[in-house]
Amino acid sequence: MHFHTLYDQFWTYTVTGLTAGAIYALVALGYTLVYGVLRLINFAHSEIFMIGTFGATFATRWLGLHPPTDPRHGLALVGILLFSALIAMLCSGAAAVALERIAYRPLRGTGDIFGAVALAFITAWVIAYIVLPQRPLPDLIVAIALAAPITLWYRRLLARGRQATRLAFLISAIGASLAISEGFAWWRGRNFEQYPRTFERKQGLFHIFDAKIDAAQIIVIVGAIVMMFALEVFVNRTRLGRGIRAVAQDQETARLMGVNVDNVIMITFLLGGMMAGGAGFLFVLFYENTKYNIGFILGVKAFTSAVLGGIGNLRGALLGGLSLGLIENYGSALTQTKWKDPIAFGVLLVVLMVRPTGLLGEKLARARA
Amino acid sequence: MSAWEDRLAERAGGLTRQVRSRTGGLGDKWRGLPNEARIGIGLLGVVLLYLLPYTADYSFFGFLRPKNSDFVGVLFYPIAIYVLVAVGLNIVVGETGLLDLGYVAFFAVGAYTTGILTSLHASVPWILLLPIGLIVALIAGVLLGTPTLRLRGDYLAIVTLGFGEMIRITANNVHWLGDARGISSIPKPPNIRLFGHTFLRFKRLDATADYRLALTLIIIVVIASRTLERSRIGRYWTAIREDEDAAELMGVPTFQYKLWAFATGAALGGLSGVLYAGRVNFISPDSFPLELSILFLAAVVLGGAGNLPGVILGAVVVGYVPERFRFLQERRVMFFGIALVLMMIFRPQGLLPRKVRGSRTYAGDGTAGSLSPPGAPT
Repeated sequence: MHFHTLYDQFWTYTVTGLTAGAIYALVALGYTLVYGVLRLINFAHSEIFMIGTFGATFATRWLGLHPPTDPRHGLALVGILLFSALIAMLCSGAAAVALERIAYRPLRGTGDIFGAVALAFITAWVIAYIVLPQRPLPDLIVAIALAAPITLWYRRLLARGRQATRLAFLISAIGASLAISEGFAWWRGRNFEQYPRTFERKQGLFHIFDAKIDAAQIIVIVGAIVMMFALEVFVNRTRLGRGIRAVAQDQETARLMGVNVDNVIMITFLLGGMMAGGAGFLFVLFYENTKYNIGFILGVKAFTSAVLGGIGNLRGALLGGLSLGLIENYGSALTQTKWKDPIAFGVLLVVLMVRPTGLLGEKLARARA
Repeated sequence: MSAWEDRLAERAGGLTRQVRSRTGGLGDKWRGLPNEARIGIGLLGVVLLYLLPYTADYSFFGFLRPKNSDFVGVLFYPIAIYVLVAVGLNIVVGETGLLDLGYVAFFAVGAYTTGILTSLHASVPWILLLPIGLIVALIAGVLLGTPTLRLRGDYLAIVTLGFGEMIRITANNVHWLGDARGISSIPKPPNIRLFGHTFLRFKRLDATADYRLALTLIIIVVIASRTLERSRIGRYWTAIREDEDAAELMGVPTFQYKLWAFATGAALGGLSGVLYAGRVNFISPDSFPLELSILFLAAVVLGGAGNLPGVILGAVVVGYVPERFRFLQERRVMFFGIALVLMMIFRPQGLLPRKVRGSRTYAGDGTAGSLSPPGAPT
């Protein structure tokens, strides 16, 4: 145990922990929202986050910025950051909605035409790619020709009218996760892609006790808090938010009361995706690179945060994320990073033994409002 | 759907029905056979499986034949390990409905027990390793299960996921366990001689003996699992899976039987780990990534959780498909992911789903019910 390391640099570790924790919390929100509404561990959410990191990176590229450093000032800098964040959120939000419609809604047995077409297209493309190795025609044309009849078949298949089991949803989620991350590996390669540094990251913009704060850390923490606040307001104050809470409480009753459950679920995925996109932007801003499998470990951590705080509970995600970030960093100080992850999981285990539904309990589902 | 679409779908439906009437009756025909005939066919199948490595070029596989040379080492033996693991995991996930995302941990425990007791710190005879690995993994299962099985469904998933990572990191960090370098030169199992004739000759370059040993263990484990499934314990497990709260009310000691299921599954995972270590000669923390747990789970669910023939089929598919599509190189993982998504649309219950006996209402969200639909009424 290296207590002196922790003692000497307590505030540095605290600030680093909070920065990491803020990103965990934002991603955890996506898990928590979807879990609250569908009781589903959205395994592919980590990939939604990964798409956000790439979205932010592409946005800077479109603006003509070059890694590793390309300093800008004033309004231009603000504009670049906002644009980058916006693109990240758009990419992730769109990806989350597409994921829901392609990988999850078909399993709910409602016979969705979008899902049928998309799945038919994917199937046709896979057939074209694998079965026709000679490729007399471009894959795309073969795929379009094949997709039409497959769509008809799928529409029948998807209109089963009953839900698949939770394990089926989980496997579909795992499959989607593999497909997305490996698809990115195919497209972008397996190496890190750099995010340009657009402002000077002087260590010690100012100090809190003896912790040197860097501008990126401030953006991460403030940005995360603003987004979480916005989400909290949306869920608690708006009509759509009420719909989300209603479906989380009791899907059947909500449907009978005239809530469009499918729409609510889509909005839930959209919100979760946008939060993950924001997290992706903050992540690349802070760590300055990304690659195809960046989401996996972070996703596991974020899900742990959600459970730690009480899954289905928005504030729980915040609390869980920040605590996990802190625990992890203190743990890594004490053991020189060797036992960082086991300590985090150990704490999760202890918390769950004392409070089986997490620190704050499962609230989204059992809201009284 | 519009009228023409309906008509077309009707045609397509007719076609599927025709195909199904040719093949789908197979299961019923099988069940209709007298017991003696089924046992006979089963034994014949087993003998054929034992003889499989003798065949020359496997051309009878037709277009299913993968394009590689070392069939036993690359295909049959890994598939056998997958089957063994899947049958173990099936007890946890399929029979009892507990979602275990860190099953690779027990596999690793078995393998590490072998490594430590043979090459690293001791030289225990190999024949003792199977029971020792099994018991160590069982203890690990009880240790993990006791605090966590009181948790409801999905919490268990994250805790097991964490446990899988913890085992790997511990192996990585602890010098006594060989840290990141892993454990090398693990001895192969000894040749088995009976009446002056060598039955199993274990070789480094030829996995035939390992395959046959694994096959033997699979047969034992499948029979044991089947027996358990049909016993009182199995019925308790089913009750817990369908609705834990109701089971508790009917007097099933749910915690105790969940722990039994978890520990039994862990023990079988450990057993497969021992077998694996004996074959590969070298293990390191990287041999047990989280992805392997997911692959194991995919095998169980793809085949049909809770139905032994289905689970075996699922494991065969998961072991075989990546080999057949090796020409896709690194892209095959992506196609595997897409295949999982599509498979769940065709057969959300798995390839050979469990027969649902009698009428069944939706399970309450009563937890262990990972086999109930999400958001089912509580």
